[in-house]
Amino acid sequence: MEAREIVFDFLEGYDLLGAFWVTVKLTVYSALGSLIWGTLLAGMRVGPVPLMRGFGTAYVNIIRNIPLTVIIVFASLGLFQTLQVKLGGGGDFEVINFRLAVLALALYTAAFVCEALRSGINTVPTGQAEAARALGLSFTQVLRLVILPQAFRAVVNPLANVLIALTKNTTVAAAIGVVEAAYLMKDMIEAEAQLILISAVFAFGFICLTLPTGLLLGWVSKKVAVKR
Amino acid sequence: MSGVSVNKAAEDAAPAGDDLVVLSNVNKHFGALHVLQDIDLTIARGEVVVVIGPSGSGKSTLCRTINRLETIDSGAISIDGKPLPQEGKELARLRADVGMVFQSFNLFAHKTVLENVMLGQVKVRGTDKKAAEAKARSLLDRVGVGVQADKYPAQLSGGQQQRVAIARALAMDPKVMLFDEPTSALDPEMINEVLEVMQQLAREGMTMVVVTHEMGFARSAANRVVFMADGKIVEEATPDQFFSNPRSDRAKDFLSKILHHS
Repeated sequence: MEAREIVFDFLEGYDLLGAFWVTVKLTVYSALGSLIWGTLLAGMRVGPVPLMRGFGTAYVNIIRNIPLTVIIVFASLGLFQTLQVKLGGGGDFEVINFRLAVLALALYTAAFVCEALRSGINTVPTGQAEAARALGLSFTQVLRLVILPQAFRAVVNPLANVLIALTKNTTVAAAIGVVEAAYLMKDMIEAEAQLILISAVFAFGFICLTLPTGLLLGWVSKKVAVKR
Repeated sequence: MSGVSVNKAAEDAAPAGDDLVVLSNVNKHFGALHVLQDIDLTIARGEVVVVIGPSGSGKSTLCRTINRLETIDSGAISIDGKPLPQEGKELARLRADVGMVFQSFNLFAHKTVLENVMLGQVKVRGTDKKAAEAKARSLLDRVGVGVQADKYPAQLSGGQQQRVAIARALAMDPKVMLFDEPTSALDPEMINEVLEVMQQLAREGMTMVVVTHEMGFARSAANRVVFMADGKIVEEATPDQFFSNPRSDRAKDFLSKILHHS
């Protein structure tokens, strides 16, 4: 046996790639959900309707101040076990838990997306909105065609931070039994005698996911920056 | 379109036509500051009205109330017989008929020059893209920036950007054009290229409200000069009357300060 095989034989019998694949799926679905919901929230927070502004502000301030663990556990105990919300998962607990985790992660992360985007909206000079309104565009058109495209370009880096945090936050889904990377790590730590190596493998796995994300989006950020 | 005398003021003080923009008894406050006081102003179709006055006199605010970028506290504004609507679809429709040119150009920074001039046509008027592009290109040619069509606003000089902004407003076929200090942010050598485009518009019969410090433009292109100070319209007259024989002391004082160098 080669040395490499001896050192890493504790990995045998575990579906490491499968677990990280679940992590990636959790991240991608939650990222898409939080991007959409966070954009809508940002629209509400800068909009002219006081009720929507109030809702947006309340949502962000409540959700971002609750620990993610509490939100995810609530999704499982409150939504699923008490209210029987199954999100179309039928009787398959694995599917139901995965979807609940995506829902909770998206709802939580949306608060941060909203605030990042709102700071981006504040970088767009008021004259841009005035010129758009003067052309006869409606509020949603002004937001969609003029303000948000410029705001998004300004906040690629902050959004990359949110995405990296989200990737790591998916580990909380282990709390409701979603078999992603952290869940597998806990399993392995219980069964194997390689505590440091196991941690190192999982740390490396996450860095493999997040480092390229940060570098790629950093490059995109420079590429799409609006020149004024 | 061509062959019309440059000096409209001399040939006809108030061109024939009905009232297009009517402001009656308009008042507005910015906190404690009474920035518009009992403003009555009527602008006829085809008329070019130049609003002048010292800084802080309320002339920009007046201009911006006409398409409700500034709301008013009391009074009434109507455009082409219709009272200015509250926020919403109606207001958007009316704004599409009122072209606006800003001091700071306000071209959409993330869109090319061509896209800037197409946006309103496509998204507000529902014009199909080909027709909108053709019109945009011809307008850009008309204001002399046709070759810049595919550049971004930041790549253009101030004078070029302002001419694009005029083309963008014209693309909506507006009934009236509002100019809010269109040359105040320009380097001196670029002022004329913008004024020439405005002169041409005036000759073609566009209804224009122009807030400006360019007295030369007021003299040559205006049908009427409105002089504002401290939130009030102090004097209205033809350019000839106003510049050669101002009636109010406030106007005399203002003119003595700005004209004695030239």
